Amino acid sequence: MSEQADAVDLVDLLSVEGEDLAAAWVREVSGSLGRRVSAAELERELRELYEALVEALRQDAVDVHSEQMSEVRALLTELSRSRARKGFSPTETAISVFALKRVLEPVLRKGSSESVHAYLQLSRLLDELGLFTIETYTQTRDALITAQAEQLLELSTPVVRLWDGVIAVPLVGTLDSARTQVVMEKLLQALVDTGSEQAIIDITGVPAVDTQVAQHLLKTIVAARLMGAECTVSGISPQIAQTIVALGIEFEGIATKASLADALKLALRRSGVDLVAHRDGLR
Amino acid sequence: MHPVERNGDVVHIRQAIRALAQEGGLSLVDQTKMITAASELARNTLIYGGGGVVRAGAVAKDDRRGVGAVFEDSGPGIADVAQAMTDGWTSGTGMGLGLSGSRRLVDEFDLRTTPGEGTTVTIIKWAR
Ligand SMILES: Nc1ncnc2c1ncn2[C@@H]1O[C@H](COP(=O)(O)OP(=O)(O)O)[C@@H](O)[C@H]1O
Ligand SMILES: [Mg+2]
Repeated sequence: MSEQADAVDLVDLLSVEGEDLAAAWVREVSGSLGRRVSAAELERELRELYEALVEALRQDAVDVHSEQMSEVRALLTELSRSRARKGFSPTETAISVFALKRVLEPVLRKGSSESVHAYLQLSRLLDELGLFTIETYTQTRDALITAQAEQLLELSTPVVRLWDGVIAVPLVGTLDSARTQVVMEKLLQALVDTGSEQAIIDITGVPAVDTQVAQHLLKTIVAARLMGAECTVSGISPQIAQTIVALGIEFEGIATKASLADALKLALRRSGVDLVAHRDGLR
Repeated sequence: MHPVERNGDVVHIRQAIRALAQEGGLSLVDQTKMITAASELARNTLIYGGGGVVRAGAVAKDDRRGVGAVFEDSGPGIADVAQAMTDGWTSGTGMGLGLSGSRRLVDEFDLRTTPGEGTTVTIIKWAR
């Protein structure tokens, strides 16, 4: 049996009832997706896919990777991405493909050995297409998650201007290497952008400082110094202080203060600002 | 059992150790020390051991309770343990304080390594 003959069978399978099959497919899928995809959109997606599939089979496509399948793959990629972005599950996404198998089931009842054979062939192809859909869906989700993580990284590391010439970065949460790197780059950039000569790195919200984080901190402080700026590290909790000492990390020559307020006072003094306390408060 | 295959895994391990240390009644200082030691050793497993696994849990001996963790890899092993345990010695670009520093941070520290076969480090911090 040549592949040519198979391909013709497959086209027959999809074309006998022509339009009706595509419509049945749309009905089958819309039942499982509810209203989150508009009826018109689903109709368009699946009809395009249907026509591309028939065309690919007419051109003797043998599997999902066939050259003739490129249009089908492109449409499926678009569909998977759109489902992933709208928050559909992998099942809800792949069902769009697998539903066509269910729609074609009635041909089995006719029972001719050719139609059963054709059904099994097409069914295998649809399995491949379904898996391709899940694959693309997963890639899109991974990309979305990575993008969100990066956004979060940006969001969670604000550099604030506390005073003319004094900037601060309050670090909150677990510092992994990637985050520390981002914070430090932002800090150095902010020194340039604001023309500040004093920077405060506040670690009040950091639960632990290991050697990697300490190394990033120290490198940033040295880099800032080269740029003519001085850094103060504030908010070192007693438990972090003890841990740093036990680890053997030396913070010698680096200004440290217990609180952000103390660090600000130091930074202001260093930049020549006099803070005068009025005994009776401000009037 | 926690896999150590990427940077994010080190963060997960720190969180798991934190939860265990809190449940185990460790003081805030001891929690921080245990978490930091785990962070160092997990990163070594990742960077030098080429990845591996971490097992962590509550431990008890006589009437003492605590938290223990085992860091295991099947990487290159450590040829000269005394050198690796020296403050400031690194074969890479680190501070060279991970192994020696973690030993000071915990109560029990056991390092077993066979060149060509891998490295296993076990640590325990007892509740006081
Ligand atoms: N799991 C391991 N497998 C192989 N070598 C290791 C492992 N852990 C540590 N080492 C070796 O011991 C050295 C010292 O480790 P460490 O004290 O953590 O310092 P650092 O990580 O800064 O290099 C490392 O540079 C490395 O050569
Ligand atoms: Mg290390």
